[in-house]
Amino acid sequence: MPKLLKDKTIVDNGWQVLPKDFDGVLPDTPCFVPLDYWLANKQNLQNPESIGVWLDSEEEPEALVADITSLQHIAVNFPTFMDGRGFSIARLIRERYQFSGELRAIGHIVPDQLFYLSRCGFDAFCLNALALDDAAEENHKLEDYLATFSVTYQACVNEQQPLFRRRQG
Amino acid sequence: MYIYDQHDKTLIGERVAQYRRQTDDYLAGKIPDAVFLPLRLQNGLYVQRLAPMLRINIPYGMVSATQLRALAHITRKYDKGYAHFTTRQNIQLNWPQLEEVPDILAELAAVEMQGIQSSGSCIRNVTSDEFAGINADEIEDPRPWCEIIRQWSTLHPEFAFLPRKFKIAVTGAKTDRAAIQVHDIGLQVLKNADNEVGFKVLVGGGLGRSPAIGVVIKDFLPAKHLLTYLEAILRVYNRYGRRDNKYKARIKILVKAWTAEVFADKVEQEWLQEIDSPSTLTDEVIAHAKAFFTSPAYENLDCESSEAELQNLAIEQIAFGKWRDRNVIAHKVPGYCAVHLSLKPTGVAPGDVTDSQLEAIADLADRYSFSEVRVTHHQNLVLGDVKVSDLPALWQAAKQQGFATPSIGTLVDMICCPGGDFCSLANAKSIPVAEAIQRRFDDLDYLYDLGDIKLNISGCMNACGHHHVGNIGILGVDKKGEEFYQVQLGGSALDDASLGKVLGPSFYAHEIPDVLERILNIYVDQRIEGETFLDTQRRIGIAPFKEFIYAKAA
Repeated sequence: MPKLLKDKTIVDNGWQVLPKDFDGVLPDTPCFVPLDYWLANKQNLQNPESIGVWLDSEEEPEALVADITSLQHIAVNFPTFMDGRGFSIARLIRERYQFSGELRAIGHIVPDQLFYLSRCGFDAFCLNALALDDAAEENHKLEDYLATFSVTYQACVNEQQPLFRRRQG
Repeated sequence: MYIYDQHDKTLIGERVAQYRRQTDDYLAGKIPDAVFLPLRLQNGLYVQRLAPMLRINIPYGMVSATQLRALAHITRKYDKGYAHFTTRQNIQLNWPQLEEVPDILAELAAVEMQGIQSSGSCIRNVTSDEFAGINADEIEDPRPWCEIIRQWSTLHPEFAFLPRKFKIAVTGAKTDRAAIQVHDIGLQVLKNADNEVGFKVLVGGGLGRSPAIGVVIKDFLPAKHLLTYLEAILRVYNRYGRRDNKYKARIKILVKAWTAEVFADKVEQEWLQEIDSPSTLTDEVIAHAKAFFTSPAYENLDCESSEAELQNLAIEQIAFGKWRDRNVIAHKVPGYCAVHLSLKPTGVAPGDVTDSQLEAIADLADRYSFSEVRVTHHQNLVLGDVKVSDLPALWQAAKQQGFATPSIGTLVDMICCPGGDFCSLANAKSIPVAEAIQRRFDDLDYLYDLGDIKLNISGCMNACGHHHVGNIGILGVDKKGEEFYQVQLGGSALDDASLGKVLGPSFYAHEIPDVLERILNIYVDQRIEGETFLDTQRRIGIAPFKEFIYAKAA
């Protein structure tokens, strides 16, 4: 089974990501539906424990504002690890729209982005997106990536006060 | 200068450890090339034509004597004993070994230096005015604001994978010496009618393939909102800047596509959502930053007697007088001055220094200028706080080390990129062209008569040599494998910023000194009393130059 790094541990990932042009019958397993499908069908998709929404990097998190409190799982796609839009999308979802459920990074990310991704509010990372084969062996190391720096200058999702306010205190 | 506290030291140490691990993983084959690329770039490491190149940040151009000695040591131990000052106030090593870069970064960290985000698609080193804090025309010292921006942008988690590189420049003076109109964001510190400090904010300036002059999107941003507003600009750019074509990915393309009004409105809407967030600057943090940039212990000096002595010396030694006229700049404190150390002697690539020169500069700074040096975006250095009475001794010492070329601001004080001799992007060499020009125009009296002329040379359209904003710009182009040089006239990066216009078909390298001579002859023939080259060129246009040069060539 595919793996997921969640809350700093490796767990099974039972969730499917349905393709962007998905139309038809939902699978029995938990799944992320694409944003357009969600917006068109959300009245029939009110099962937050097993239905989440995924956004592509050019899509607008503003479209989910009305649904934030009813969702428990949101995923953001990185078409390539060089596409940094997902970092802004995540902060908006967490800080501006106050989403408190699972925020998952899918697509293509690299381990050295885990620290920044987690600062921006992601708390779940698909390991196949990280292109790591032996998840068990990498488990300890992935935790290390999340703790690369003990000092951060900026305010962000995981630290709401910038260093200059903490430093002065 | 800013001094690191334990937070800054911890962060930079962790950064070195991170990059050491990344390098080890890369060399062990655990990180593919495409993934390692942005990781090494964001620590300053390019892979160039002949070897890697390491770009080391000099935040807003301020470097200490201690740091210069460490740089000298690094160039000896890890490189070939020289380094290159860039147009963005940074310093580059041309021959480091990829395997040794973590060790270099560790040595840099020991003197509070780093290469964090000095390249790659992220927020780069913030640049400023080389006369910050010492010039009488200053409204406010820009350096505390630069340091606040440096910290905010360093390892910013949201903006490490932007569509393209992002450059911010700040000036606090009435005269812009930081070229803020050709940066992604330009900030001008000013005071409003109530004497409150704030910023005029420009966006969308830049050189490269699609040169553009920045546009004002905020006339007065109260200072405490600096970071929330910058964050709003960066967020809008990160979300909406083009990512499909790297040549259309800079913020200037987005600003043009949307129009400045629409872009400004989008930023405003984003900013208003975060306006009083904890990133709003407090009086305490502003005071804290300013405390690092207080005046050094200036003495009360007897200006009149030292001035009289210097006048006499200038009469006795004409060379001293010329050097003083060109290379020495007025200071806000009586009895002090700022002195350019020229890095443009004929026969040396503009901006290059050897290891022993770096140490000599450190010695001069210790002896004459409170142990600090400033890097200019014209690729020279400045000793900012020199006693006027020390000028004769400093002149002698600078001459011995090759820093006293009395040509600051003249035709031969040119900006020049490393070009095809080093850079893998370049279409043509630039250093030999610069040298040929210096050899042709070696008559100082002629150069002084020509007055202030900015000559900028780039080896390709990426424009590291800022050719678009040279009064005369030279651009290396490749035509079917041969190197040619296009000439542009009328650019400026000062308050009257403008982009140069192409003169006409390009020339062979060996033709360039003759072409320049003809251009200058037209200026000398046509100038009206007091006009600079740029004044005359703007008045008469480009046509007289075009006619004369191409008619003669035909």
